[in-house]
Amino acid sequence: MPIAGAGEASLRIRGLHKAFGEVRAVDGIDLEVKPGECFGLLGPNGAGKTTTIEICEGLTAPDAGTVELLGRNWKEHERDLRQLIGIQLQETQFPDKLTVEEALRLFRSFYRRGIPLDEAIGLAQLEEKRLSRVGTLSGGQKQRLAMATALVGDPELLFLDEPTTGLDPQARRHLWDLVDRLKLAGRTIILTTHYMDEAEQLCDRVAIMDHGHVIALGTPKELIAMVGGEDIVEFAVAFPATHIQESARAALDVEALKAIPGVQSHRVEEALHQLSVSELHTAVPRIFAAIEEQGLHLSEFRTHSATLEDVFVRLTGRNLRDE
Amino acid sequence: MNKLAPSGLNLTSLYQLTATRLKLTLREPEAIFWIFVFPILLAIGLGIAFRNRPADVLPVGATTPQLVQALAADKGLRATEMDEAAGTRALATGSILLLAIDEGHGVAYRYDDTNPDARTARMIADRAIQVAAGRHDAVAAQNQLVHETGSRYIDFLVPGLLGMNLMGSAMWGLGFAIVDARAKKLLKRMVASPMPRWQYLAAYLLSRMVMLAIEVVVLLGFARVVFGVPFRGPLVELGVICVLSSLTFSALGLLVASRARTIEAVSGLMNATMMPMWIMSGVFFSPSRFPAFLQPFVQALPLTAAINAMRGNMLQGTHLGQMMTPLAILLVWFLAPFAVAVKIFRWR
Repeated sequence: MPIAGAGEASLRIRGLHKAFGEVRAVDGIDLEVKPGECFGLLGPNGAGKTTTIEICEGLTAPDAGTVELLGRNWKEHERDLRQLIGIQLQETQFPDKLTVEEALRLFRSFYRRGIPLDEAIGLAQLEEKRLSRVGTLSGGQKQRLAMATALVGDPELLFLDEPTTGLDPQARRHLWDLVDRLKLAGRTIILTTHYMDEAEQLCDRVAIMDHGHVIALGTPKELIAMVGGEDIVEFAVAFPATHIQESARAALDVEALKAIPGVQSHRVEEALHQLSVSELHTAVPRIFAAIEEQGLHLSEFRTHSATLEDVFVRLTGRNLRDE
Repeated sequence: MNKLAPSGLNLTSLYQLTATRLKLTLREPEAIFWIFVFPILLAIGLGIAFRNRPADVLPVGATTPQLVQALAADKGLRATEMDEAAGTRALATGSILLLAIDEGHGVAYRYDDTNPDARTARMIADRAIQVAAGRHDAVAAQNQLVHETGSRYIDFLVPGLLGMNLMGSAMWGLGFAIVDARAKKLLKRMVASPMPRWQYLAAYLLSRMVMLAIEVVVLLGFARVVFGVPFRGPLVELGVICVLSSLTFSALGLLVASRARTIEAVSGLMNATMMPMWIMSGVFFSPSRFPAFLQPFVQALPLTAAINAMRGNMLQGTHLGQMMTPLAILLVWFLAPFAVAVKIFRWR
């Protein structure tokens, strides 16, 4: 691409702002996506993911800031860009009375170049539904059809807005496989999601968004390392009958726990204590011992590997799903 | 593996959009009913209700056989003998319109002079009795009866139904489909693709033209075969009027649908737009029945113009060149709403 200064970024966002009335949906975002990368915007509902992606797709005009896709911008190169990108929007309903093949043939006709219908149908694994009407498809099949309409133009850049929202677990897996295959084929993909497992599974890099800001950016591994430990220990304590005293109730000494080597941080929510821990194998016996020492009993105890969910909780003090 | 399409204006997409539109219309059974079946049912119903019957034979009564004989000599009367009491009862129940009573020196007619049929019966009965008594006409007279096609109610009605049908199918067809696509975020998805926006709107007009051809042929063919409705003007010109009318109503449909987000909202707007025309544009009766101060408004309505042009063509054989006023009204109603609709159209 002969655009000077474009570098090799497929997408470059600088100082993006967008407000809807009083609500600052996007409040100063800078991002870069490299060719061949699968980039995720992760955040709760209302974080500004969809607004950001729709500005990138040229469907919403930003109040301030610039967006450059494939070295082009929407103002001067809309015609070219529409040919070069593929878009799957949230909640598009294709006409119920059209067949899968008819819907795809219609979308294929908009592109100067693209992949044959058979290939698009094959990619979306809709061969058996080729002649079925859209109205008879399951949620997952409809979403794969939406994906196929985004792919018929053989796009250099693919935007997927919440591709698995509302799907059952099996349909989500199916869609993940499809995205994996697209990644293997070397396509540049930008997707939004509020499922941390989805971002972890699919994305090479993730930007975590909250209230219109990017609050963290990196590979899933890097982000998880930010939590400070690879594992999370969760426990709740109970008081032995012999020790029912008001003074004992408040007696879980958090400082003693945080002093244990390998314990990085502590947080408590609804009587459930969470420690982020590195070197789980040496830390756990010491945690047991410390609780014992304080005359307390464990009523619950479990550990899991840290996830992007924990990163979000750590950064915002809220759960991703609490919306 | 990439197929390269020829550069330049891409009409494949226009074709695909139009074909898609047609498929979606034809796969909607309700649409088929309202577009094709309903106007025919209406034509049948009204055709039967207002069919031209042979002149009625009027039932009358008389008190003597001589009077009955005199009355029966006229084919316009059916006379029955009855006494005065029975005759009065028959008058009260409406089974006879007039009772002729022999009063010896003359005859008395008992009837209701506010009933036009009874007044007619009085005139025929008197003439029959006077002729039987020896009266001769002072002036020789003969009747030339007119029962010609083209002056019946059904002939008047069919162009009205055609206009109403073109208005309904164009407005509902465009309005609902566009608002439905907007509500389902399909419009937004379409403009996120490289589809040229003008082609999306043009596809609606093109598919409308195809449906129009079918609608017009079905309705007029039916009217011709079953009722023998005349086509006195050139069919090509009638076609031009239909196309222009349909474009006009399509543009109105486009305008009504250009902002609405829900089917409920667009339904209200549609009805508000079409209601005055259903009533005033002369579908079922001549719009000249409205008072003079309303006439400028009535005549400026697009449906009035469309129906006037259709009646002019079909019933009077008027050529397009002599119908510039209705054609100009239609053209204005096509161009202005279309321009506004394209300008304010909400694509998402």
